[in-house]
Amino acid sequence: MPREAAGGAAAPRDPAGRLIRRWEGLILVLLVTVTLWASAGVDGFANASNVSFLLLDTTEIALMALTMTLVVVAAEIDLSVASTLGLSCAVLGWLWNAGLAIELIMPICLLTGALCGAVNGVLVTRLGLPSLAVTIGTFALYRGLAYVILGDQAVADLPPAYTGLATQTFGPVPLATVLVAVLAALAATVLHATGLGRSIFALGANEEAAHFAGVRVKRIKFWLFVASGACAALASLVYTFRYASARADNGVGLELAVVAAVLLGGVSIFGGRGTLPGVLMAVLLLGVVRNALILADVANEVLNFVTGLLLVASVLAPNLGAIRRRRHLPTPSEGKSVP
Amino acid sequence: MPDRPPVPPVLALHRVSKSFGAVRALHEVSLELFAGEAHALAGENGAGKSTLVKILSGLHRPDAGRILLDGEPAEFHGPADAQRAGVAVIYQEPTLFPDLSVTENIFMGRQPRARFGRIDRPAARRRAAALFAGLGVQLDPDQPARGLSIADQQLVEIAKALSRDARVLIMDEPTAALSGNEVARLFGVVEALRARGCAVLFVSHRLEEIFELCRRVTTLRDGAFVSGDLIADMTPDDLVRRMVGREPEALFPKLDTVPGQVALAVRRLTREGVFTDVSFEVRAGEVVALAGLVGAGRSEVARAVFGVDRPDAGRVEVGGRRLRPASPSAAMAAGLALVPEDRRQQGLIMDLSIERNIALAGLPAVRRGPLISRAAERARAHDWAVRLRLKFARLADPVGVLSGGNQQKVVLAKWLARKPSVLIVDEPTRGIDVGTKAEVHRLLSELAAGGVAVLMISSELPEVLGMADRVLVMHEGRLVADIPRAEATEESVMAAATGRGAA
Repeated sequence: MPREAAGGAAAPRDPAGRLIRRWEGLILVLLVTVTLWASAGVDGFANASNVSFLLLDTTEIALMALTMTLVVVAAEIDLSVASTLGLSCAVLGWLWNAGLAIELIMPICLLTGALCGAVNGVLVTRLGLPSLAVTIGTFALYRGLAYVILGDQAVADLPPAYTGLATQTFGPVPLATVLVAVLAALAATVLHATGLGRSIFALGANEEAAHFAGVRVKRIKFWLFVASGACAALASLVYTFRYASARADNGVGLELAVVAAVLLGGVSIFGGRGTLPGVLMAVLLLGVVRNALILADVANEVLNFVTGLLLVASVLAPNLGAIRRRRHLPTPSEGKSVP
Repeated sequence: MPDRPPVPPVLALHRVSKSFGAVRALHEVSLELFAGEAHALAGENGAGKSTLVKILSGLHRPDAGRILLDGEPAEFHGPADAQRAGVAVIYQEPTLFPDLSVTENIFMGRQPRARFGRIDRPAARRRAAALFAGLGVQLDPDQPARGLSIADQQLVEIAKALSRDARVLIMDEPTAALSGNEVARLFGVVEALRARGCAVLFVSHRLEEIFELCRRVTTLRDGAFVSGDLIADMTPDDLVRRMVGREPEALFPKLDTVPGQVALAVRRLTREGVFTDVSFEVRAGEVVALAGLVGAGRSEVARAVFGVDRPDAGRVEVGGRRLRPASPSAAMAAGLALVPEDRRQQGLIMDLSIERNIALAGLPAVRRGPLISRAAERARAHDWAVRLRLKFARLADPVGVLSGGNQQKVVLAKWLARKPSVLIVDEPTRGIDVGTKAEVHRLLSELAAGGVAVLMISSELPEVLGMADRVLVMHEGRLVADIPRAEATEESVMAAATGRGAA
């Protein structure tokens, strides 16, 4: 499927733009196809409780993917999100054990997440380090800190009022999905309809030109990292209450699922391109595939294999077009200009 | 004095031409390099010196004309061919492997071998030391390249060239980044090279260096061969006349204006190692040109004024109010606009549409409440596209599909839509066609007539002389002359730009 999309991309005048636009269409078609196939062929897929579980199960990934989309469009990346989630869980468990009120702990967790993001932001914008290296470092750092704080204990005696809230549903729609929908609408509006969004696309596509146009590149990047950290902490609250368990290893490995969804959703790893609806569809697609394969008793290893395959395909497909163009047009800049 | 030694030139170009698309970079240029002679290549920015060097070094192939090696026709299919023929280029800023030693850099890829294919380090070291001794310089062969001064790095490059038995050394503005002592040492090395029988082609903007070092000079102007002379037969003024040599064209319809209040004041602005103690004023309605050679620090001054770079000292005032340094957004709020030098990298975001590029510098103006109004964005772009006679298919097309001249109009539209009180334009007509050029000149002139203070950086002297009410000239990071329109001539500007003081 991706190869087909890339093959058609060599012909039109604006191949990259068309591919991106078509890419989202492709994800939508894939999502519908897989959903229909699972509904027909997988026992236990098409019922309210499974749909509800499926949606709930994608909540944390969706929440972190929202801010990750903005970060990747800005040509950066935050690989520390799942570790931030873990650290926030550990802080929650630790403070709960210490006897603090949960209403006080939750804002502290969000603040912790924001602080984690701020540390990433400072390292990237003030010291000029690449975010890939910085957040691989803090990926280990925050997770390590989580273990230091909570050790290997699980804090499970959390207040039922909140654990119940996390699994509350309206019909098949979980309350947490409503939260995702509201925040997704907010993120999509910011990215696609505000000056800030325009600036994020601009600095992701060409940081120097954005700087020359008065875009406050460093400031915007810093706050994107802060938002990313805060969103990871918010995801940690959903995660903790949903499983009624605060542990230091909560959400291990989720950052890969988040990055996979963002790239599969059509966001360019090089920045400057992508849409939020595309990412949301990709989150759902990965969720549906995962859910259907689990129901069909497919081994966990195969599951990871499929996720990995989709990720590689999503990164490769847009670039196949670029490689083709490079081969056919040795000087694309001259070939493209219209006098 | 015999004009021509009895032996044929080591390397010669005979009526060589080279075009890039529609741009004629070189037209029927001839050049002869003799063994044991230093030969200067002179010309203004854009005269074709770099293209000529690239042809000699095998990077470009000429469209017409011949390359002669020892009098025999030769063809360079790539840099490797030129290297094999004994041609070596020493660039202004050499690119060595920083973590390897001086010796390793010299013999990279051609290390002397001992038994079993091992690298014979002692032999390599001895040969490196011998090369430096032959050049009369002291450099430790074991030192890593990291931390070497640019002058020392050039010496390593020269040693590398000699280790390959180079017979022709091309030095492309080697002294631009060197201090006085380093220049003297380099000249000593060039003498040693001449004594060994090497031919040296010396590209420099500094007239005094040409006269001190070289025996012959070839002058280019607008890609064409002007003359080849013996240095002994001419004066520096003769050379300047050959380099500039034209009458200012009547292409530049500068309207007369009465300058108003000081709109932009730059006071003792300094960025260490880049430019020093630069002060000037631009009044409302004035067009002030900032002239100088490439590398004199003009664009860097513009960047610091606009806040793209942070100056180390000094300040900028717009309309009498001091500007917060290192903040383009503060500069924009104060009414400043900068049309940068490199429109593809700095002026535009190629993937973004025409309308979004134009709106990017004025996002608050196209906002309705918290959201961007696409209608307002399109209206802003359309308004200026029509005014500047932009040729486009759709405003939603990516700006990358436009021609160079039209891209430049988009950059201008982006900034003019802000209605700036001070407009800085850096090489506003570089790489655009003659018709669009005239349009840009008329536009700048009209803006000045409307009370905008215009600071124009340009390397094209006719443009400078045609447009400017005043010409500021920079030389090696300093402002060296402030020439009123009446006294500005190609000679007076070039004299100041080449560091010979205002004539």
